[in-house]
Amino acid sequence: MNAVRKRDLKMLIFGLLVYGVLQGLISGGVIGSFWQLNIILICVNVIMAVSLNLINGYTGQFSLGHAGFMAVGAYVGVVATTNFHLPLIAALILGAICAGALGFLIGLPTLRLRGDYLAIATLGLGEIIRIVIMNIEYVGGAAGFKGIQHLTNFTWVYFVMLVTLFFIKNFVNSSHGRACIAVRENEIAAEAMGVNTTRYKVMAFTIGAAFAGVAGGLFAHQFYLISPNSFNFLASFNYLIMVVLGGMGSITGSIAGAFVVTFISAALASFPEMRMIIYALALILLMFYRPQGLFGYMEVTNFAPFKKFLVNSEK
Amino acid sequence: MDFFHQFVQQLINGISLGSIYALIALGYTMIYGIIKLINFAHGDVYMFGAYVGFFAITFAGLPIFPALLISMAITAVLGMLIERLAYKPLRHAPRISLLITAIGVSFFLEYAGMYFVTPTPRTFPDTGLNFSFNVAGFVINGQQLMIFGITIILMALLTYIVQKTKLGKAMRAASFDTETAQLMGIDSDRVISMTFCIGSALAAAAGVLVGVYYNTIDPLMGIMPGLKAFVAAVLGGIGILPGAVVGGIILGVIEALVAGFISSTFRDAAAFAILILVLLIKPSGLFGKNTNEKV
Repeated sequence: MNAVRKRDLKMLIFGLLVYGVLQGLISGGVIGSFWQLNIILICVNVIMAVSLNLINGYTGQFSLGHAGFMAVGAYVGVVATTNFHLPLIAALILGAICAGALGFLIGLPTLRLRGDYLAIATLGLGEIIRIVIMNIEYVGGAAGFKGIQHLTNFTWVYFVMLVTLFFIKNFVNSSHGRACIAVRENEIAAEAMGVNTTRYKVMAFTIGAAFAGVAGGLFAHQFYLISPNSFNFLASFNYLIMVVLGGMGSITGSIAGAFVVTFISAALASFPEMRMIIYALALILLMFYRPQGLFGYMEVTNFAPFKKFLVNSEK
Repeated sequence: MDFFHQFVQQLINGISLGSIYALIALGYTMIYGIIKLINFAHGDVYMFGAYVGFFAITFAGLPIFPALLISMAITAVLGMLIERLAYKPLRHAPRISLLITAIGVSFFLEYAGMYFVTPTPRTFPDTGLNFSFNVAGFVINGQQLMIFGITIILMALLTYIVQKTKLGKAMRAASFDTETAQLMGIDSDRVISMTFCIGSALAAAAGVLVGVYYNTIDPLMGIMPGLKAFVAAVLGGIGILPGAVVGGIILGVIEALVAGFISSTFRDAAAFAILILVLLIKPSGLFGKNTNEKV
């Protein structure tokens, strides 16, 4: 137990170091506002990718509506801060609760479906969420919600991201997480071993949805305007690409996927069509030559130098 | 009387929209029946068909019917190429890999389309069908008549191919059980190729008809109809040909009624709500258990 904590502490210190370096570069004016925005987007995307990975990668339930939950978190969050003048942290928690509750309600009936049927059903649900938001005049309808306070900054997104990563990592390594992985590996066998498959599928879906809500809250407070169209199924596909690219079932993979995808989108921002063509070809080639993604099931802590570093310090 | 009048009018609009969904859904259902893949790129194949038709009419100066045939032929080749290049190498891969590849192909067609023909919507040329009839107070226009006519002809042709020809027999056998069909000497690769060919040709026809009906086409036009046609296929019972047709028409009618009586912003939501209801109540679809004839 103690060893595990030490390991966590090491990772935490590493995380703080990265924060220190990045924050220093931002304060020092080395990173301009364009890349600053992209660093924030990377952190938001890491939260989205890791939470989607919990559903798609670890539990093996193919969800294509993740942006819908992000939209719920974003809209609940901006209503809380703009109309009710709550602090950001309360807005994020409210967003997470609403998105999680919706995920629970939606997950309960739909997770009975399997494979591609579940994919299409979740895609449809994501779209329904978006269309419903579009028709609520209170939050601005199709034109979007205007006049959002700019509350998100690098410190906020970075630490929320760290909390998310630690939460998901510990969840996956807990007995609940093991049960989720068992469901992915073989649902019938898992059920035969006494795993309540529905319970764990819904649990993973709810947690994933709640973190998507948090990411949505952070995302919304970065901009002055959000519109329902930022959360359409193309956005969901985008998060899916991050997860698949990094490796379904690897937290390191999701971080890498979010980083690479956001970085490439930023670098190719002036050639939007080219960007999407490259995405598409990359996705197809990935499926041909490395369907398990960059990392597969591996974590960065499984690689020899890191392992040595972590194990030695535990002695 | 006024309500009834509007209802029937929406019904007519709904059936013409539904015929288009039905044509796309047929391709979906055939492909799903044979390789168990939701071909996400099918909607974009339909977009491609619409563009081929558009260029055939505007630049080659062809009348509408030859343009339709050319579009179907060229798009059939595209469908075959997609299968050969993107799906065939993954024949024995997990289905999730295949699904992600299909999403990749869909993106590729959409944005390659945007790159080559620009994202600006194009106005479909006048095809001399802009006349309309007044039958007992209900308006039916030339485009709708053309949609009905061509849909019926194509469906009759498809039924003939599937039921009466050797290829159709092979397709039915392969969709029933690919491995056994192979053991019986059926070249399943060829059958799969032909299925993509026929499905894509039908989608191309739908694309040209939509161009004629709505007068405008753009590179992302395939996304929504593609998804809705999938809903139609699931509604009718995926893998079942008459199911796709009935599902498409029901979906079109419901959508027209929602747009006409509630709000047009909810029409897309209606389609997805139907999908979720079907999946929860009867996942095998309307025609699910009554027939075991699949293509």
